[in-house]
Amino acid sequence: MAFAPSDPAAAPALVTTKILIAGGFGVGKTTMVGSVSEIRPLHTEEPLTDRGVHVDDTSGVQAKTTTTVAMDFGRITLSDHLLLYLFGTPGQDRFWFMWDELAAGAIGAVVLADTRRLTGSFPAIDYFERRGLPFVVAVNCFDGADRHRPEDIAIALDLDPGVPVLLCDVRRRESSKEVLVALIEHVLSWTDPAAQPAAPAGGGAVPTG
Amino acid sequence: MSPSPERWLDRDAGPVVRPYAMTRGRTRPRGAGFELIAVVKATGEQPGDRLRYSPEHLRILRGCERPVPVVDLVADVALPLGVVRVLLGDLRDEGLITVLPAAEPAGDRPGPGVLREVLSGLRAL
Repeated sequence: MAFAPSDPAAAPALVTTKILIAGGFGVGKTTMVGSVSEIRPLHTEEPLTDRGVHVDDTSGVQAKTTTTVAMDFGRITLSDHLLLYLFGTPGQDRFWFMWDELAAGAIGAVVLADTRRLTGSFPAIDYFERRGLPFVVAVNCFDGADRHRPEDIAIALDLDPGVPVLLCDVRRRESSKEVLVALIEHVLSWTDPAAQPAAPAGGGAVPTG
Repeated sequence: MSPSPERWLDRDAGPVVRPYAMTRGRTRPRGAGFELIAVVKATGEQPGDRLRYSPEHLRILRGCERPVPVVDLVADVALPLGVVRVLLGDLRDEGLITVLPAAEPAGDRPGPGVLREVLSGLRAL
């Protein structure tokens, strides 16, 4: 079939949005992307510096200067013209440059936290605060981990007042969905104070401050 | 995910041709970059002298017959993101593909209308 020339006045046929899923190593980013979205392979070629987790076997390849990195990437089809993409942020320090591209135009971010290793969440929180990207903190409740009150976690993470902290189990689709819903409610109230919900957002969300 | 018919070794064997070779050494497309969630589409123009295009160019062009976000295209054609971007740039230079206008200027957060639509879509999942 022939395609009509694109008409700037016409509504875009496809609206695409994205949310970042960040957090320390092993905190459940991949699990969350997989539980709530259709996971898809995405490979990206990056400069090869020191040893990395996903470095290919370089034997027999001289002067190899790049490596292929697999990123967590999932798609949620919300309607025939609205797509939501979830991007797991790459964990290693040498991929910080990817974060800028991932963050540009994003709705916001979910910072997954594990109460046994809270420090793993600090780099992501610092990054989103500095960049002014709205985020929620979702505490992934692993089996055997002590349950802490969201208020205490907010203090331990030194969060700005108003950053929602939720308890979740990212293995459960419903729980992951609630985290995303809480993020979008937070972004809406952040950008449009008139739309602020009267009750705390989403299941288990507790506004701090 | 069914493997691409062009692939003659399985994924575990690693790429046969280094991505660098597919782009003839280029790491960035000419002109504006391609946002991860930008939507691209073939214009319907036919590639003239097919010898000028690599099999990867044609694979990408086929992948854009319908409007497709860049990230999905990357997953569909099973090539690294950087390679797809460079080759998309070549196709754009030849007028074979175009980036469709987005609801927001590139890099801007979606407006409240889109956010509410995402919210109700998520709740309905």
